[in-house]
Amino acid sequence: MIRSELLSALARDNPELRAEEVEQVVDIFFDEIATRLAEGGRVELRGFGAFSTRERKARVGRNPRTGEPVDVPAKRVPYFKPGKEMRERLNAD
Amino acid sequence: MMRSVGTLTRADLAETINRKMGLSRAESLDLVESILAHMCGAMADGENVKISGFGSFVLRDKKERIGRNPKTGVEVPITPRRVITFRASQLLKDRIAKG
Repeated sequence: MIRSELLSALARDNPELRAEEVEQVVDIFFDEIATRLAEGGRVELRGFGAFSTRERKARVGRNPRTGEPVDVPAKRVPYFKPGKEMRERLNAD
Repeated sequence: MMRSVGTLTRADLAETINRKMGLSRAESLDLVESILAHMCGAMADGENVKISGFGSFVLRDKKERIGRNPKTGVEVPITPRRVITFRASQLLKDRIAKG
């Protein structure tokens, strides 16, 4: 499923909404999640899963082409942990 | 770092949709549920979910392997299972790395 397929599915379920409104809802949904993570917060969607961020220490990496060492600064990266219900549905058969 | 930010939930997402779009609270909450249900349904059917600008939920099938009960040290088989990995888009990675 890609974003446009999600939009079509929502449009089918909600014939009272205009296409632009469906799109706006989906944009708000993902943008709010991204914003909260960027602020250092967590997002918990029971049954689906939880988004959080994890710290990565600074390290010395390498340019894969030249083999030259490069400093990779410390940063935060996004992390998703699927919820219990989601995990069970994936393995339901 | 800014650690005082609370946890975002379905209710908060619905609240923002209600405030920005003027849809009723009930309808906003239904839409939030509906987005999650469609993504969940697609994954339950074995489909990956890719949201451009945000990231992809990729299904992976893991083979059976031997694990160990960390408390007792007894070896137990871990049954084969399907798991989800989330791969954030470059855009999301950049937003979070900057903070």
